[in-house]
Amino acid sequence: MRWLRKNLIVIIGLLVMAYILIPNIVVVVFSFNKPAGHYNYEWSQFSLDAWLDPCGAPGMCDALGLSLWIGIASATISTIMGTMAAFALGRYRFIGRSFTNLLVFFPMATPEVVMGASLLTLFISMGLESGQTTILIAHILFTVSFVITTVKARVASLDPALEQAAADLYATPAQTFWKVTFPLVAPGIGAGALLAFALSFDDYIVTNFNAGATTLTFPMFVWGASQRGTPVQINVIGTVMFLGAVAIVGIAQAIGARRRKVDA
Amino acid sequence: MTEATQRKAQGELRLVELERRYDDFVAVNGIELDVPPGSFFALLGPSGCGKTTTLRMIAGLEEPSGGRIFLGTEDITNTRAHQRRVNTVFQSYALFPHLNILDNVGFGLRQLKVADWKTKAMQALELVKLADRAKQKPRQLSGGMQQRVALARAIVNEPEVLLLDEPLGALDLKLRREMQIELKRIQQEVGITFIHVTHDQEEAMTMADTVAVMRAGNIEQLGAPAELYDKPATAFVANFLGQSNLLPIEVTSITGERATVSSHGTSLVVEAAAIPSEAPDGLRLGIRPEKLRLVEATDTTWTNKLSGEVSDASFTGVSTTYLVRMPWGQELTVTQPNDGTARAELGDQVTIAWDPHHAFMIGVD
Repeated sequence: MRWLRKNLIVIIGLLVMAYILIPNIVVVVFSFNKPAGHYNYEWSQFSLDAWLDPCGAPGMCDALGLSLWIGIASATISTIMGTMAAFALGRYRFIGRSFTNLLVFFPMATPEVVMGASLLTLFISMGLESGQTTILIAHILFTVSFVITTVKARVASLDPALEQAAADLYATPAQTFWKVTFPLVAPGIGAGALLAFALSFDDYIVTNFNAGATTLTFPMFVWGASQRGTPVQINVIGTVMFLGAVAIVGIAQAIGARRRKVDA
Repeated sequence: MTEATQRKAQGELRLVELERRYDDFVAVNGIELDVPPGSFFALLGPSGCGKTTTLRMIAGLEEPSGGRIFLGTEDITNTRAHQRRVNTVFQSYALFPHLNILDNVGFGLRQLKVADWKTKAMQALELVKLADRAKQKPRQLSGGMQQRVALARAIVNEPEVLLLDEPLGALDLKLRREMQIELKRIQQEVGITFIHVTHDQEEAMTMADTVAVMRAGNIEQLGAPAELYDKPATAFVANFLGQSNLLPIEVTSITGERATVSSHGTSLVVEAAAIPSEAPDGLRLGIRPEKLRLVEATDTTWTNKLSGEVSDASFTGVSTTYLVRMPWGQELTVTQPNDGTARAELGDQVTIAWDPHHAFMIGVD
């Protein structure tokens, strides 16, 4: 009993961790499978086939490349736009500021199906042909809100006296921004950019509405493939993405730990 | 520092009808101020009196609504903060959290493109006794240390004027006393004009050569600490700097250097020169608690005597503070030094006396 009372939090913690991690583990394990039929749903035998030929599934690597390109492009654009908007909203008092804050919240609150459908209507009535451009516009639209929210929190936590101190120490407004403001807000901007990329990369619903007949992103490919048979390569890509995310977090932790150590 | 002596001659600050208005509020109401170079000048007043606004206008962080600011012969009113050879020690210190102590201190020098900024920054850190912390980040230092870094970061640039915005406000009492002495030492060592904003009268009097007492956007009185304390011009100054007993008086006669006044029917002697020329109505006589003595009722060496009953006595070690109730109900505060003279008890009938030249007189506000 006493043992249980002492270790209950650890046990519950491990169970929650397992709950979160099991899907990822399944993805990794099944990337080494050699399925008997078209579907990679049942364990058959260990094989490195998919890892040795990651682009073996026809069309998959093209879809992946498109998703990466759209993810990077939309994250870059929405990070720049979102950061500027966050500074305006976090720093200045202007007419319509609270209304703008509300507008920023809308894309996050709107159901994706509704947003996808209404965007398609808009694009058609504008005469814009569905394709990479429409996907890009749609992705920037729904990721920019997340960037604004993330960066704004960081801007709000900044002591205004710091910028005044920089000006007092002979820094021009531009120098103040690059030497003081930007380095202090950068973690927020980085987090916003990563979030924007992740949201764009795995979006299916909005993308599916606004993609052209020939544009196929990675999530669309996976969905389409699951109708006819799932290639093991999907699991390979999933595993790489997962490990990549873990590596980013790990590197960030290591840098933080080293900085703390140097400081101490 | 050879440059410091040269700067000493330059660092004169002059404010002419300086004004800051907000929509429905006047923060600074056209003040005139002349700060001599190399002096330690204090702007003293309660919160909201406009002292910080004045400081921020000198720094260039706030735009005046009217008036001019001169640094030496140069009119700097329309220049921006980064163009002014003025540095500030902020109340929150405002150290850059992402830079180490050395880079914080060297920030201004690098902006000024000083080649040997590292050497100079280290010298400044030695001046505030923090050279061994150069590689650390601000958050690893205690409040007192951060305060000294903020000071080093400002003086290292050898500004013409150094502005200090309540720099000791966040420190505990003991550290504050230490830093007051430290600041005074550094000011004498570098010879830069210091303008120190504070609401702590003791701090202002300890450190400054000249104190300007501010109230509601105006300078109420300006002078050396002893002058302000001994000859306050208004009731506000008399009570903001220490404590004062104020008695309403009427002048009855003036004969040569002495004048006779009456207060609640008691005749008192004052120095004729101390009677203000303005506001003869509503005149009040002020006397500091430590200038009052407990004397024998029969003692004839004192010309000014009042009798009353001890209504409160508190012993603080170095002295005893009494409240003595006058027949007309007013309670006067008397501080008796613990010098071996007999102490009075609660309820005792006592006589208090003072020397005529220890009293000051003020009109109504």
